[in-house]
Amino acid sequence: MSVSAHEGAKPARGLRIDFKTLGPLLALILLVILGYLLNPLFLGEGNITNILTRSAFIGIIAVGATFVITAGGIDLSVGSMAAFIAGVMIIVMNWAVGAMGASLWTVLFGIGCSLILGVGAGFINGFLTTKAKIEAFIVTLGTMGIYRSLVTYFADGGTLSLATGARDIYRPVYYDSFLRIPYPVWVFILVAIVGWVLMNRTAFGRYCMAIGSNEHVARYSAIKVDRVKTATYILQGLCVSLATIIYVPRLGSASAATGVLWELEAIAAVIIGGTMLKGGFGRVGGTVIGALILTAIGNILNLTEIISNYLNGAVQGVIIVAAVYLQRGSLRTGRKKAAE
Amino acid sequence: MSNAQGIAEQAVLSAHRISKSFGEIPVLFSIDFDIKPGEVHAIIGENGAGKSTLIKVLSGIEQPTSGTIHFDGKAVTLPPNGEAEAMGIVLIHQELNLAEHLTVSDSIFLGREIKKYGFLDLAEMRRRSAEVLDTLHVHVDPDARINTLSVADKQMVEIAKAISRDARVLIMDEPTAVLSVGETETLFEQIRRLTARGVAVIFISHKLDEIMDLADRVTVLRDGQLIATVSTEALTPDSIAQMMVGRELSNLYPPKHEPDVDAPVVLSVRGLQAPGVNEISFDLRRGEILGFAGLIGSGRTAVAEAVVGLTHKTAGEVSMNGKAADFSEVAKSVAAGLAYMTKDRKGRGLLLNMGLQPNLTLLTLKKHLKGGFLDQNSEAQALERAVRRFDIRARDASVRVGQLSGGNQQKLMLGKTMESEPDIIIMDEPTRGIDVGTKQQIYHIIAALAAEGKSIILISSEMQEVIGLSHRVLVMREGRLAGKLEGAEIVEAEIMRYAAGIKQGGDDERISA
Repeated sequence: MSVSAHEGAKPARGLRIDFKTLGPLLALILLVILGYLLNPLFLGEGNITNILTRSAFIGIIAVGATFVITAGGIDLSVGSMAAFIAGVMIIVMNWAVGAMGASLWTVLFGIGCSLILGVGAGFINGFLTTKAKIEAFIVTLGTMGIYRSLVTYFADGGTLSLATGARDIYRPVYYDSFLRIPYPVWVFILVAIVGWVLMNRTAFGRYCMAIGSNEHVARYSAIKVDRVKTATYILQGLCVSLATIIYVPRLGSASAATGVLWELEAIAAVIIGGTMLKGGFGRVGGTVIGALILTAIGNILNLTEIISNYLNGAVQGVIIVAAVYLQRGSLRTGRKKAAE
Repeated sequence: MSNAQGIAEQAVLSAHRISKSFGEIPVLFSIDFDIKPGEVHAIIGENGAGKSTLIKVLSGIEQPTSGTIHFDGKAVTLPPNGEAEAMGIVLIHQELNLAEHLTVSDSIFLGREIKKYGFLDLAEMRRRSAEVLDTLHVHVDPDARINTLSVADKQMVEIAKAISRDARVLIMDEPTAVLSVGETETLFEQIRRLTARGVAVIFISHKLDEIMDLADRVTVLRDGQLIATVSTEALTPDSIAQMMVGRELSNLYPPKHEPDVDAPVVLSVRGLQAPGVNEISFDLRRGEILGFAGLIGSGRTAVAEAVVGLTHKTAGEVSMNGKAADFSEVAKSVAAGLAYMTKDRKGRGLLLNMGLQPNLTLLTLKKHLKGGFLDQNSEAQALERAVRRFDIRARDASVRVGQLSGGNQQKLMLGKTMESEPDIIIMDEPTRGIDVGTKQQIYHIIAALAAEGKSIILISSEMQEVIGLSHRVLVMREGRLAGKLEGAEIVEAEIMRYAAGIKQGGDDERISA
């Protein structure tokens, strides 16, 4: 780079830890050490696999949420959407089992439905925010209520269960492994890699950041703002659909209680990972770490007696607030530099 | 340098040898100013002459770097943050400062609500608001929400608010810029009523006829210097315009190379209609710099945005090189070789929290794709080229654009625009708020682009700039073309006459409303 050395005073840089980049990773490492000290079982292979598998649902959804939030939006409907998709998948597969008997095709049919529903639901959110110009918070608050109530209605207030024949075929998707790593974790890894590449190595990711950073600048830079924003919601829907596909074989059922508060956990993972809630700056890698941190906290509380497991939410809450505080702290010093 | 009235013995507010610098940049040089009760005193000058800074100093929002302010004959330090209102000095901003969702009565009493037993006494506030509005003969319901009012009525509410605070000095920053002729007349009636009651009114305006109509005295500023304070009777609009001008062109501007006589028309606009744009037609030839002059808000930006497809035009035709070019979105105009560089570099042009590289390539990111993925090497090379070509100075490549000086931001934005390799470039206020050295660099770049055969539309509120660079000048006023100037006619006083509405357009006999 041949940028000449001029322009203002040089701020003191160097030794200072950049919380935005390294913070989440350091927090995760500390958490792992803490977990091990409290209970050596924490680092057992079984437990590690367990943490990874459980973090996969929130993690996959959170990767999608990273794009929505980076582009300046928000999607509150993901938890309800997951429950809704799970419910419809089960209904559809049960119908297929009744009509043609259980086979691999039944499951593929269900998976196909899930993908279509996810993309469709994402498109609806995107369309309403961009074309109908309703705030994303309101739109997704609305669709959140709609999906939640629809799944309750389909289940008639109870539980939708997958027919046994299909369940046996579908079960390995959650419980089996490849190279000793469970399939859900593979899906998570794949989604994370694709997400990272999309965010950091394609025009789409750059456009998301530009829009979240300043929508006017994006529009004046010939970016098709509405299209990109809609695409982030579709991507989010696709991620929800993938998470649901690996979630359904776990219990083989869906109810009004499925996916409750997932939206908040996903947003929390994104924020802990260093993405800014007001948009403009997205870190897919951070989001993955954020999801792992959230799951690890719950797991540590399960394995130890010091803090009641019932306080899981409280500990997560403290971590989220602390993460945001640290991010803002480092930003403030950045702004001071700019003012010089 | 004469203060016509001498040091007024009964001035309510006066400033003596006021200077003001922002950082190391001086904006006002030793200004004397005074206003007497019941007087209307206009401040006039080009953009950047220091008018706004002067009224900010007079209302306490900015503190002078040196000099004193006297209020009622006593030297005072005016309190900042609009607290001078309590002393009776009220500034009404150009972009009115009203909370859109409050009612008229809420707004009038905002910050000094009347209370009874600790609760708001709404009835009393409503009654008193109605009273104030009545004395002003303003027919606005005290319970109406601000956002349901017209701009003119909002202004009346601001005035009522000032009156209810017993304003003794009312300072108005371009109050008529957003008003129609009828509304302006009503405002002037109000001002006359106020002055009859002994209120002193200071106002900034660009419209010379209004100043002749309303003001008792006029203070002319130029480049932060006090040129004169004169009583209005001694003036004609022409003599004011002359005072505002009176500066020689230096070698700030490169020599003009006239485009070839037979240079083809590359952009042709016919009967363009859009919000804020009324029946605009013009041609742009290859290698030409076409200046768009006019006051702020006269519709020049609106023309540019409608042409490139940022806003939708309601009627009219645009053609490029003889082919229809009705762009529905910016991406299409950029692809066709027509680029618009916004005047709002911080709000519309650049992502301040990002680095130089993503900003430079944002408009043309598709050029840097390799197999669908971003090629960061190619982006880095583009930045290196732009840094060299436009002399962009940054500490290092990782610095955020918000930390660059205005001049470097402007050069980066120019680089970003030129990345799309346009044949026609519309530059909107390309030198706003940047130092004179960078201005000169940008002027030379603009001239060089034209000499290369690019065609340029230069929108600028700095008349010197329009005059120094343009081959032809169009003057806009209230959304219409007020005049066209060519060759030797391009002088500041002439542009000012068209822009201020003293003279109507040459080949177009329409008289604006």
